[in-house]
Amino acid sequence: MRKFLLLFLVVFVGVVFLGRLFYLQVYSFDSYNIIEDNAIRRVYDYPKRGYVYDRNGKLLVANQPSYDIMVIPREVTDMEDDLLSEFCGLIGISPEEYEKKLEKAYRYSPRLPQVFISHLSKDDYAILQEKMRKFDGYYIQKRSLRSYQTAIGANVLGDIGEVNQRIINRDPYYRLGDLIGKQGVEISYENTLRGQKGVKYIQKDRFNKDIGPYKEGIYDTLPVPGKDITITIDATLQEYGELLMTNKRGGIIAIEPSSGEILAMVSAPSYDPNILVGRERSKNFTKLYRDSIANPLFDRGLQAMYPPGSPFKTLNSLIGLQEGVVSVSDRFTCSMGYRYGNRRMGCHAHHSPVNMNLGIYESCNAYFANVYRRIIDKYDTPAKGMDAWHKHVTSFGLGNYLNNDLSVGQPGKVPSSITYNRAYGENRWYTTFTLSNAIGQGEVLATPIQLANMAAAIGNRGFYYTPHIIKSIEDETIPEQFTTKKYTTIDKQHFEPVIRGMYDVYNKGTAKWVQVPGIEICGKTGTAENFTRIDGKKVQLTDHSIFMAFAPKNNPKIALAVFVENGYWGSRFAGKMASLMIEKHLKGTISRTDLEDWVLTHSLENEYNKPLSNEPFKINGETELQLVDKVEVPEHLKYPEKTSE
Amino acid sequence: MSASHTGEITNFFDMSQPYGKQAVFIVLAFILIAITLSLEAKFYERFASIIYLISLLSLVGLFLFGKNVNGATSWYGIGGMTLQPSEFAKFATALAVAKYISDLETDLTTIKDQVRTMVIILLPAFLILLQNDAGSTLVYGAFFFVLYREGIQQIYLIALATLVGIAVITLKFGILTTVLILVVLGLMVNLYLRKRKPPIIPSIVILLISSLLAVSVSFFYKSILKPHQQDRISLWLRLEKDPDKIQQMKQTILYNLNESEKAISSGGFKGKGYLEGTRTTGKFVPEQHTDYIFSTVGEEWGFLGSSIVVILFVLLIGRVVVLAESQKSQFSRVYGYSVAAIFFIHFLINVGMVMGLIPTVGIPLPFFSYGGSALWGFTILLFIFVKLDSNKINEW
Ligand SMILES: [Zn+2]
Repeated sequence: MRKFLLLFLVVFVGVVFLGRLFYLQVYSFDSYNIIEDNAIRRVYDYPKRGYVYDRNGKLLVANQPSYDIMVIPREVTDMEDDLLSEFCGLIGISPEEYEKKLEKAYRYSPRLPQVFISHLSKDDYAILQEKMRKFDGYYIQKRSLRSYQTAIGANVLGDIGEVNQRIINRDPYYRLGDLIGKQGVEISYENTLRGQKGVKYIQKDRFNKDIGPYKEGIYDTLPVPGKDITITIDATLQEYGELLMTNKRGGIIAIEPSSGEILAMVSAPSYDPNILVGRERSKNFTKLYRDSIANPLFDRGLQAMYPPGSPFKTLNSLIGLQEGVVSVSDRFTCSMGYRYGNRRMGCHAHHSPVNMNLGIYESCNAYFANVYRRIIDKYDTPAKGMDAWHKHVTSFGLGNYLNNDLSVGQPGKVPSSITYNRAYGENRWYTTFTLSNAIGQGEVLATPIQLANMAAAIGNRGFYYTPHIIKSIEDETIPEQFTTKKYTTIDKQHFEPVIRGMYDVYNKGTAKWVQVPGIEICGKTGTAENFTRIDGKKVQLTDHSIFMAFAPKNNPKIALAVFVENGYWGSRFAGKMASLMIEKHLKGTISRTDLEDWVLTHSLENEYNKPLSNEPFKINGETELQLVDKVEVPEHLKYPEKTSE
Repeated sequence: MSASHTGEITNFFDMSQPYGKQAVFIVLAFILIAITLSLEAKFYERFASIIYLISLLSLVGLFLFGKNVNGATSWYGIGGMTLQPSEFAKFATALAVAKYISDLETDLTTIKDQVRTMVIILLPAFLILLQNDAGSTLVYGAFFFVLYREGIQQIYLIALATLVGIAVITLKFGILTTVLILVVLGLMVNLYLRKRKPPIIPSIVILLISSLLAVSVSFFYKSILKPHQQDRISLWLRLEKDPDKIQQMKQTILYNLNESEKAISSGGFKGKGYLEGTRTTGKFVPEQHTDYIFSTVGEEWGFLGSSIVVILFVLLIGRVVVLAESQKSQFSRVYGYSVAAIFFIHFLINVGMVMGLIPTVGIPLPFFSYGGSALWGFTILLFIFVKLDSNKINEW
């Protein structure tokens, strides 16, 4: 036993060491790479971020230089009092703040470079630049920020900001202090716009001094500049749409039906994108973020889901024709509504009986209740009928995400048999339970962009291109999904009578007062009831004003949806705005200046303040419209900048 | 066999560069081997006492002529070279111990001879400790294995193991828990021996002594050790729980250890290749060519290379032990055992420290670490045994 103690220990220690080596070098070897190595200093070379142009080649977003003071906490040396006060004076903070900031930086990481003071003014930069050598551990880093050439389209253009820790953990490309797209096209086309930063690896010694390029620079890379992109937005139309939306809330989406390109994407209220650049960014962003009432960061054109209301009726006509359950000449009676069982769906005063054309332009609820019942009841069970109907509706891009290149979106909602089975139980519901689908109320929800896309699909007589924002990227082709036709389940010939009805909406129906001379517009007005909660009680608000249209009738150049929150009936706000947008796009100038004057002198701010006033209030017909001084139309919007082709 | 390299290699014998010096050291080491082997085997036994005395004198002389390097007064400056007598004191002490134990008059089971042997061992150890070289002092613990092999009572081993056990448990879990564990253990032993009359009084005495030990370990740790020594032990036993504090410790006093572990880990399975280590090229591991040389091996040669080094050491030490056992003369056996044990302690502490298994103690890795004295000391230590072994056929 005595003979073996040492021998045993030698072997034991050898085995323990081998185990430890295995643990260190094989088990916890984390695909070791030079990024993780703190013996290597990485120097980054940030490329130019790509510019953003509108469809007519107008520059919307460029870059501007910005200077940050960076700190590497480990390298900061204690400063004498007068040197410290000089430094604090130069960067404009108190010595206490200085200590706090430095401590915070140290706690985050002693060796990683971090932003100490961001966005110096040009003058500060000039003064500091010469004195930086005196302050160990600090240096100035030049960065490139966005420079918006316009005050419009904040929701389209988006903004860039510093990456957060979550992104860094997910994508190792980004490092603390890097800028990344935060909203709009800056997110959607982040990889295209940002390019690829270059990196030089420099070997350091333990005093942190550079001792030359690592391995003669074989791992170094050159920066790849970001690519410029051209977006489908027409800046003029966008600006005009935003102007019309002054003092209102809602969204306008305009699409070119022949390509799916989004011409305008207005969300109101909005803000000037320039406030999200530079030193004030986080303050301003917080302000926008916290505004839960006006909710300016909520893109109403893309994210707001409303019951589509009457515009949805056109779809039921198309489905009725496709399913062969109704002909253009079939007539139904309407006596101020439609009775079923002991219930009644109301309607307004108009001629009766009603054929399809009259049904559409008079927006008769009874007519569509009949058509809808015929569609569903064509099948043995309401469930089968619902699913057939669901298939047709969703083929128009409703009820699901559009899967496009916009950074936000909502799927909307189209009910199917599953919806009602879940609510009532299998085979325990009837067609009449779902009757509000006939008139676009109830379970159906759509976003303005989905409605605009539906208008485009109708205008195209049965197909659409996925609405998208990218027009071109320098030398790249745009994704195939944006250049492929998506067909609806409705045959082409069924569209003509429905389009005729939509044309008559302008001709003799609910929108006859908003006609534009010389342009054949097809449209459909709508309203949507809506409610809010005040002190836990459900309170009805003035209806939303909705309009869906495309023009001209043949080979449409624009299809759009307009939603104005609490604007009451369809042609009151949304219809007028749709006509103005169409005229602006097709002619460049406005002939119906009376409509323009009306929109620009009427505000809904009072309406929006009602639920916040803590007082009882009236809605819909019992309200009075608020008049304001006319919002000035800027000179450059009065005349066409260039003729649209 | 040196793995120290910095910068470009221009002249292998450039004395202004560490690698140049080490090349000269190696050449001199070969000359030493030749001299060592050319002397009569009997010479070492006959002159053991004189070699030991000269070695002691050279250690004492340091107090008068010594040169202070890094806080330790353990060097003579001769021309441009430095000599470290403590490196030579190891084989001198091994010779003296072998000579004393192999004396026919000596009986290691007697207290008198145990004390005398201890004096031979502790005299140089004490002198080295006075020069502030704690690492080299620890090496003299190697002689415990020699004494144990040569017949001191089992109780010493048990006492040593108990002491280490109590120290670790006390630091990790506190005095109260330690005493509690001791009581439970005591009860179990008593239960096991229940056929006989339970040794109640000795049990209580042992318990009291052990508890006293626990208290003194705790006192020693808290009041005698300096904060940086406390921190080393604290990290080793994972005593610190606050992650911020650990991070701070890693970046300050444990910087070396942290960097050396990272360097080893960064080598991966195959390593980065000779001279390709980024951490060691950047001199992140400060004493990389002396005590932390193993981290360079780990980084550049990976798991493959460093495990081969570990296996080679195990084979070398194991071989020396086996050869020592086969010696006919007790002198050769004791000396061989001393050689194996000294190499083992160096290997254990140095590699263990570099891999973060043992608290940081400065001690060279035989034949790897940079430095003439250490290289020559190990060379003489080993080759005297080679000579003794080659001579066993024509021995008495
Ligand atoms: Zn009616």
